[in-house]
Amino acid sequence: MDKVQDNRAWFLIIPVFLIVAFSAILPLMTVVNYSVQEIFGPGQTLFVGTEWFEKVLADERLHDALFRQIIYSLAVLAIEIPLGIVIALGMPGGRSAKTSLTLVLLALPLLIPFNVVGTIWQIFGRGDIGLAGATFRALGFSYNYTSNSLDAWLTVLVMDVWHWTSLVALLAYAGLQSIPPAFYQAAKIDGASKWAVFRYIQLPKMRGVLVIAILLRFMDSFMIYTEPFVLTGGGPGNSTTFLSQYLTQMAVGQFDIGKAAAFSIIYFLIVLLFSFVFYTIITKTGSGEKQ
Amino acid sequence: MSKAAVLAPGSLASPANMRRSSARVSRRTIILIAYIVFLMLPIYWMVNMSFKTNEEILAGLTLYPHTPTLHNYITIFTDPSWYSGYINSIYYVTLNTVISLLVALPAAYAFSRYRFIGDKHVFFWLLTNKMAPPAVFLLPFFQLYSEVGLFDTHIAVALAHCLFNVPLAVWILEGFMSGVPREIDEMAYIDGYSFPRFFTTVFMPMIRAGIGVTAFFCFMFSWVELLLARTLTSVNAKPIAATMTRTVSASGMDWGLLAAAGVLTILPGALVIWFVRNYIAKGFALGRV
Amino acid sequence: MNFEWMAWTLPTALFFTGIASMLVLMTVWELVSPTVEAKGFLPMRTTRGDRLFIGLLGSAFIHLGWLAATDAALWGAFGVSLVWTALVIRFG
Repeated sequence: MDKVQDNRAWFLIIPVFLIVAFSAILPLMTVVNYSVQEIFGPGQTLFVGTEWFEKVLADERLHDALFRQIIYSLAVLAIEIPLGIVIALGMPGGRSAKTSLTLVLLALPLLIPFNVVGTIWQIFGRGDIGLAGATFRALGFSYNYTSNSLDAWLTVLVMDVWHWTSLVALLAYAGLQSIPPAFYQAAKIDGASKWAVFRYIQLPKMRGVLVIAILLRFMDSFMIYTEPFVLTGGGPGNSTTFLSQYLTQMAVGQFDIGKAAAFSIIYFLIVLLFSFVFYTIITKTGSGEKQ
Repeated sequence: MSKAAVLAPGSLASPANMRRSSARVSRRTIILIAYIVFLMLPIYWMVNMSFKTNEEILAGLTLYPHTPTLHNYITIFTDPSWYSGYINSIYYVTLNTVISLLVALPAAYAFSRYRFIGDKHVFFWLLTNKMAPPAVFLLPFFQLYSEVGLFDTHIAVALAHCLFNVPLAVWILEGFMSGVPREIDEMAYIDGYSFPRFFTTVFMPMIRAGIGVTAFFCFMFSWVELLLARTLTSVNAKPIAATMTRTVSASGMDWGLLAAAGVLTILPGALVIWFVRNYIAKGFALGRV
Repeated sequence: MNFEWMAWTLPTALFFTGIASMLVLMTVWELVSPTVEAKGFLPMRTTRGDRLFIGLLGSAFIHLGWLAATDAALWGAFGVSLVWTALVIRFG
C-alpha cells in the first residue's frame, strides 16, 4: 500500500462524519436510553434497569422469529449464490447489444421499490387473478399463500430469489469479466475440462465478489421487512414473521417501546457481529491476494 | 485483486466466447433465458393488469388486455393525491443523491489516498450503518426529525437516506478512486494545481464512470426504500410507495389502479439503468473488481 | 434544540461518557505511540483499536449471555467483561 500518512485527511471526512453521525449516533443513543426505561409517553418514563433485556431474551415468540429468520437467510443464500453463479456463467461477453439488454433486464428487479415487489407478487400469486396462483390451481395444487403457512413461506422465498438473485449474478459477472483471455487460452492448450476451468480459474477470480454478495445478501435478508409485510403481513399465523416484522409489531403495534428498544440493541449487536466477521474476511483476503 | 485488468470492463473474453463444447454453452444460455423469463413474467403480469378494467381483471384470467384501457393511468395523472407522490419521491431521491455525492467525494478521496488516525474504524463504522436494520431507527428518527422541525419535509427523507447511501457512496467511490494511480495526483501538484482545482478539473473527470454509477446506486436505494420514507412523512412529502399502500387499504382492492401505480414506479429505474448499463456490474461489486 | 426527547438516564449517560472517553484515550495513545499490527491468539492481525472493538463487542455479548443465563447481579458480567477486554487488548 502506498498511502501517505496525513491526519489532515480528517478534514475531508468531516462532512460525511457529521451527516452520518446526525442520523446514526443520536438515534442509536436514544434507543439505548429507551431500552432501560418504561416509556408511558413524552417525558413520562420510569427507570427499569435491565428488565426489558431479560424479557426479550426470554421471549418465546422472539426465539421463533429468530429461528425463522436464520432458516430464511440460509435458504436465501443456499439458492441465490449458486443460481447467481450459473446465470453469470451463461451471460454473453463483450460489449454488444445482447450484453446490454441482458444486464438491463437482470438489473430491473433491483430497481423496483420494495413494497411494489410485494405488490407484484401479491397480484401474481393470487389464485383468482394471478398467473402463477391460477396456474398452480389449474394443475391441481391447493396453492394459497394467504392461508397456508408453507405456501406463504415458499412464496416469500421465491419472491426474494426473484428480487435479489440478479445482484449475485451481476457481482459474479463482474468477477468473471476481470479474467484475462490469456487464462482461458492457456486452459484450452492444456485441454482443461469445463469443470476444471470453473474450479481453478473462474471460481478463484469470483471469490472476492462472492464474499461481497454473501455479505450483502445475508444482511439484507436478515433485515427483510417490506416485501413480506405487503405480501403476507407476517402471516398466516406467524409463519412469515421475521425479526424486523416482530420488532415493528412490538414498537408500533403494541407501543412496547422499551422492549422494542432492547430488542433493537440485541438485533443491532447480532448484525454488528456478522458485519465485523464478514468485513474482516473481505479486507484480509483482499490484502492477502495483493501480495 | 488486480484492478488494472478491470479498467476496460466488457472488453475481455467471457466464458461464453470459448465454445469448447457448444452443448454445454447452450445449456448455460438456456438457464439464463429461462431465468430472464422468470424475471419478466410477474412484471408482465402487472403491466398487463394495469391496462385492464377492473371488470376484466375480476372476470377471469386473460393473458393480454381484451379491452385495453388507459383509465388507470389517467386517474393517476389527473389526481393530485396520486401524482404528487411521484413528485415527492423524485424530489427527495434527487436531493439525497446530490447530498450523498457532495459529501462522499472528498471522503472517498481521503480514504483512497491517505492513512490517518482511525481511518479503518471510521470506514467500518460507516459500513455498519448500511447494515443496521432500519426498523431499529424508526421511532428515534421520527422524534429526532420532529424535534428539529423537519418532519414531513423532503430534506428529512433525503437526510435519513444518507444513513445508508453515504456509506455506500464512499465505498463505491473509494473503489473507483483506488484504480487511479497516485502518480496522477503528484504530477498535478508538481504542475501547480491546488487541491480543489485538481480535484474538480482533473480527478473527477477521470472517475466520471464511478460518479455516474454511485449516483445511480444512491438513486436506486433511495427510490426503493419505503420504511423510513413513510415514517418521516405524512402529507407534504409522502412518497408514491406510501400512497400506494394507503389507497389500497382504504378503497378496497382497485387492482388496475394499483398495477398502474406499480408500473409507474418501475419506469424511472428502467430509464436511468440504461445509462450505466456497462458499469453496473462493477458498481455492484462496489468498484472492487 | 433540546435533547429531552432522547430520555437520558444517569446510567446510560455514564455508559456513553465511558465509550467517548475510551475513544479519546485511544486517539491520544495513538498519537503518542502509533500502533503496530500484530498477531496474537485472534485469527488475524489486529491493531489496538481493532482489539478494543473486539473486546467491547465481546463484552456486550457476555452481558447478554449473563442476563439470559442467571439472575445474579450484572456486576459479575461486568467483571468477566473487564478481564476479557484486558486479555484481548494485551494478547489478542
